[in-house]
Amino acid sequence: MNWLINLGAGTLAKLSAIGNASLMLWGALVAFPRFKNIPLIIHQIYIVGVQSLLIIIVSGLFIGMVMALQGYTILVNYGAEGSLGPMVALSLLRELGPVVTALLFAGRAGSALTAEIGLMKATEQLSSLEMMAVDPLRRVIAPRFWAGVISMPLLAIIFSAIGILGGHLVGVDWLGVDAGSYWSIMQATVDWDKDVVNGIIKSLVFALVVVWIALYKGYAAIPTSEGISKATTETVVFSSLTILGLDFVLTALMFGIN
Amino acid sequence: MTSKKTELMVGIFVALAIAATLLLALQVANKGMSGSGETYTVHAKFDNIGGLKPRSSVKVGGVVIGRVSDIYLDEQELIPVVVMEISDEYAETFPETSSVSILTAGLLGEQYIGLTPGFIFPGEEPIYLGDKDGETKFIVDTKSALVLEDLIGQFLFGKDSD
Repeated sequence: MNWLINLGAGTLAKLSAIGNASLMLWGALVAFPRFKNIPLIIHQIYIVGVQSLLIIIVSGLFIGMVMALQGYTILVNYGAEGSLGPMVALSLLRELGPVVTALLFAGRAGSALTAEIGLMKATEQLSSLEMMAVDPLRRVIAPRFWAGVISMPLLAIIFSAIGILGGHLVGVDWLGVDAGSYWSIMQATVDWDKDVVNGIIKSLVFALVVVWIALYKGYAAIPTSEGISKATTETVVFSSLTILGLDFVLTALMFGIN
Repeated sequence: MTSKKTELMVGIFVALAIAATLLLALQVANKGMSGSGETYTVHAKFDNIGGLKPRSSVKVGGVVIGRVSDIYLDEQELIPVVVMEISDEYAETFPETSSVSILTAGLLGEQYIGLTPGFIFPGEEPIYLGDKDGETKFIVDTKSALVLEDLIGQFLFGKDSD
């Protein structure tokens, strides 16, 4: 009997969490836009986007370089090292760009958002804002949400571009693949709508999910030091799992059926 | 709230993203060449197209002049028809006696269409490739893709039949 009660309680808790998260997003976003909040969004883009730039560029460079190295050692057996360009470009644009950026973003920016908002809640800053008749959803949550949704696709594009240049660095400059074939076969294979735009759509979806989870986990955190640390951990774990699961669904929808 | 420095950094961030998009668009996906620009349509009938795909290139002596836009099966004759979009830069350049063949770049490379320009009889009004007045004209002089199995078959049994 006990496990049935636990099951019911667990289901209700999950459902009410989803409901609360939706209500939070609704309260933050569905309203007449306030243009005086734009400086707030720019400040958040600086914190969430610009400060993630270094980790994104370094990871992109090294992932592109490693893929060129691994791809070359296999492709050269078949005399097909000219196909290194499309291999690096397609895997970055379709999968690694959006997914790795989202995972890094969840670790670098998502956890910071959760901790910040959780601490605001614990120190009753959110309640004080309400006391001053300022809606914390619109003043605190909304700018962070938009900043994340704007920043992540930009970061993913930068990641892919740097990765392709990193692949060029190792493949062409170091291992001696012909530069002409690296670019020209890539150009013949990569399609703007199918590969580049789909990758951007993917990273937009990941951005929505990651920022939403991060903000909700902070907003619903138990206002103790232990609660905030738990919320931060959950943000990273849940975001990463959701990204990987959603990536499979999106890939199946975009590339699975031709 | 937002200082000048913050705004500057966000500006650099967005500029970097725009530069990356341009790199992807122009250098990686090559959108500048295939997406824009006026083209005209040329149809050709083949016996076998091998591994030719839409977006394969059409070349004259190695110079890309257009791309394959569509491949379909002729419903009466049951042979493949390849539709090519050729850049308007080359409008009224190739006479209708031109021939096309499906070639392979390297041993394992992509398949593409090679166009060999035909000749114009001196003193005659030249007729050029392309559809005119909505009437679809087909290039008849085509050479199909090389199929390895056929080639081996010819090699093994061709000598006896001679």
